[in-house]
Amino acid sequence: MSPPRSDTDSAVDPLRPPDHADTDRADIVAPSLGLVGWMRWAWRQLTSMRTALVLLLFLAIAAVPGSLFPQRSADPNGVIQWERNNPDVFPLADAVGLFDVYSSPWFSAIYLLLFASLIGCVIPRAKHHYTALRAQPPRTPARLARLPAYQETTLPVVGGNTDAMGLAVDLAERQMRRAGYRVHRYEGAGWASVSAERGYVRETGNLVFHVALVGVLTSVAVGTGFAYTGQRVVVEGTTFVNALSDYSSFNPGRFVDGTVLAPYSLTLDDFQVSYRLPGAPGAGQAGDFSADVTVRTPGDDDRAESVLVNYPITVDGDRVYLLGNGYAPTLSIRNSDGELVYSESQPFLPQDSAMTSLGIIKIPDGLPEQVGLVGFFYPTQGVLPSGAFTSIYPDVANPVLTLNVFSGDLGIDDGIPRSVYTLDVGGLTQLTGADSGLDSLELTPGGTADLPNGWGTITWEDDTEQVGEPVKRFASLQIQRDPSGVWVLVFSILALLGLFAGLFVPRRRLWVKARLMPDGVHVEYAGLARGEDPALSRAVSDFASRHSTAYTDLPNAAPRP
Amino acid sequence: MPGTDPLSLDGISLLLVWTAIATYSLAFIAFTIDLAQRASRADTAHLQEHLPALVAVGTNAPHSGVADFANTAAAKPAVIDALRVPPRLRPRLLWARIGTALTVLGFLFHAAGTVSRGIAAERVPWANMYEFALTGTLLIVAVFLLVLRLYDLRFLGAFLLGMVVLLLGGAAVAFYVEVVPLMDPLKSIWLVIHVFVASLATALFAIACGISVTQLLQARRETRDLATSDDADIPRSGLLRALPSSDALESLSYRFAIVGFMFWTFTLIAGAIWANDSWGRYWGFDTKEVWTFVIWVLYAGYIHARATRGWRGKRSAWLSIIGFMTVLFNFTIVNIFFKGLHSYSGLS
Ligand code: HEM
Repeated sequence: MSPPRSDTDSAVDPLRPPDHADTDRADIVAPSLGLVGWMRWAWRQLTSMRTALVLLLFLAIAAVPGSLFPQRSADPNGVIQWERNNPDVFPLADAVGLFDVYSSPWFSAIYLLLFASLIGCVIPRAKHHYTALRAQPPRTPARLARLPAYQETTLPVVGGNTDAMGLAVDLAERQMRRAGYRVHRYEGAGWASVSAERGYVRETGNLVFHVALVGVLTSVAVGTGFAYTGQRVVVEGTTFVNALSDYSSFNPGRFVDGTVLAPYSLTLDDFQVSYRLPGAPGAGQAGDFSADVTVRTPGDDDRAESVLVNYPITVDGDRVYLLGNGYAPTLSIRNSDGELVYSESQPFLPQDSAMTSLGIIKIPDGLPEQVGLVGFFYPTQGVLPSGAFTSIYPDVANPVLTLNVFSGDLGIDDGIPRSVYTLDVGGLTQLTGADSGLDSLELTPGGTADLPNGWGTITWEDDTEQVGEPVKRFASLQIQRDPSGVWVLVFSILALLGLFAGLFVPRRRLWVKARLMPDGVHVEYAGLARGEDPALSRAVSDFASRHSTAYTDLPNAAPRP
Repeated sequence: MPGTDPLSLDGISLLLVWTAIATYSLAFIAFTIDLAQRASRADTAHLQEHLPALVAVGTNAPHSGVADFANTAAAKPAVIDALRVPPRLRPRLLWARIGTALTVLGFLFHAAGTVSRGIAAERVPWANMYEFALTGTLLIVAVFLLVLRLYDLRFLGAFLLGMVVLLLGGAAVAFYVEVVPLMDPLKSIWLVIHVFVASLATALFAIACGISVTQLLQARRETRDLATSDDADIPRSGLLRALPSSDALESLSYRFAIVGFMFWTFTLIAGAIWANDSWGRYWGFDTKEVWTFVIWVLYAGYIHARATRGWRGKRSAWLSIIGFMTVLFNFTIVNIFFKGLHSYSGLS
């Protein structure tokens, strides 16, 4: 049997940091012994409650700038915009990490110190708790009346009962055991007592909570190394093959090289969306997005699935999300000989809620010069007071396309990768629109317009036969794999359970001490709580009344008529 | 009330909400009069006469050589229980009773307004700023009324009702929007769970904050009294004298804050699960995520502060107050002015 703990030997609770509010002794003492002493002192500083608290507050404050400044990780365009607006301050702000707050050295330093403190705090507590779990409840204090919850009573001794005291204590022991207490008997000259303790799970919960936080952090740190996210725009009727070359952007974790992606393909059969009709509240609001795809995986039959907002599909462990959508008009360009030099459904990116969309077309070969087109698509064209076009409703009711033609060096051949969605018009000559002298080209579905300089024609192919409306739509999909997610979830749930136990399970000690007196058995009940325990007094008085009632009901003790 | 047909369900809902605001304003006035009256009472007999009966279970001797287990808080339960008065034993304060009755009445209007808004919208009534405010304040009042059954916290009525009138009135004036169908990202079971639990946590934090403010005032009075205790025969009056000690108030505030913290932790986790379904990542330091995290860390700090020597008392109370101010900031300023993925305020 392990020895009982004594309550009187140590004033400081070794389970807790020395500056815990409920420990008696004052602060961490100043170091006296050379290097080792200093190091021990530093460690105790780091693992003190005060340090943990200050680091927590620092963490809260340090997180704030990330919501005031655009972050590269969440809003890269916002960063570019900020730089444009504040070119002078930008380099300084960037140097101190205001645009990468959560990976900045100062933010990392705070949370790493915090977690070092946490581990340093938890390990000794865990060790101690392990011992406490196997120890007996402590010796019964000499003067129970001094405890925070206390009650006494005198029970009758009846008949020829010689051991009323033992009987009362036996009964208390049984009742406490049944109530989930761990019990131990202590006896002395003229008195017998039972000492009981419950709620070890409070400390267990607290430890589990803190350890689970370490688990969350570790899962994120390790797991994201194995994660990847990629984006791809898929036009109706086309197929995306899950290979690195087919992504429009791909962000691999540190341990992912992208060469061994799961082999599958997705064909966008149909993209559906509905809009609130004009006149209704929320007119023009889009909803019920659905990207209906056919999934092909080797060795399996084709599957039809729908990717919805909030409901990603899972293919081979990858999760496929619907992020955005828009229109992709099919344009054909012929040169002056009538040869087809370009024919594609180019996604136009939506610029506003009525789906005014911007698209770029680049024709490096086949025309006398390289040609770039900047196009605007209006699903329902309207005219602003200034005379400019705009879309007034997001669905296709009166679709119009306008294009400005640029010629010159598109900069495609210098090997620097450039986005298909942007055109640097800096070095180009504008042939239509603005002050070029020619109007912008304007097309309606099925229509054809002449390119300037007699270079050829451009036709907007009407896609009604294939997709039921003049223009195809595209879906932008995100494909993602993140093995850290499930671990983070597991540790979060553990943390939540630990938190519940740590905050709400009462940890109590209860003592019942009986002494034989001339007028009966004098019984004392006392309780002590660790941590917050609003119900302690009630627990003691409830137990007292349960015990004395049961005692008087005992066959041996009950007064005989 | 922009262009809402007063006879539509939504119009009726708005009318009910305004009635609730008016009733709450009256309740606020009643609670304020109650405070003023209590403040001018010469003594605290009405509280004292009930105390002995309530604390009989505990003998409050100072705790002794049991330091590794006991804590100073444990020696207090009997004191805190001074507030744990069953309604029938409470002092019969006329204006406090009027305030409570008006609060109940206002709550009924408010609940009816919220439910009819939900029916009009054919979904849960917490999907834009106006509705968050509607449901959030409803929960504050609901939790307050429930808690009143256990604890005599009527002294908080003026604080809470004043806040509810401001929030609800402000929302009805500035945030009201007609019913529109949900945006796709909000069509999720997590809207129901995550937002509701967050509002519940907010309600608990609000009450904790109110008690912490009282605690600070009480602590100031206690220090002042101690300093002037020589003039003991000067008759003392004051509202605070009738309230529990700052220690007891602190323990009480802590109890609300930890329940709120539990819910907030859940909100954080549920939000991450939802974000993972909706945006393809469970955490991305989006502005709203940042502020939810900041609040969580602040309250973790508060819990630690209460357990840290030198921080228990005034400083931890300040953390509870700052925590709740941050919750309000997150709900108002961040929702309206900060750019991020959570743009569901319904305002444009
Ligand atoms: C990521 C950082 C931390 C967070 C978020 C955190 C959060 C919490 C929370 C929520 C509680 C109350 C829950 C419970 O009792 O089960 C708590 C309690 C506690 N924490 Fe931490 N903690 C952190 C780091 C630390 C560190 C570094 C220490 C060591 C110095 C520490 C020591 C304690 C102790 C001793 C308690 C018990 C307090 C009491 O007796 O009331 N924590 N912590």
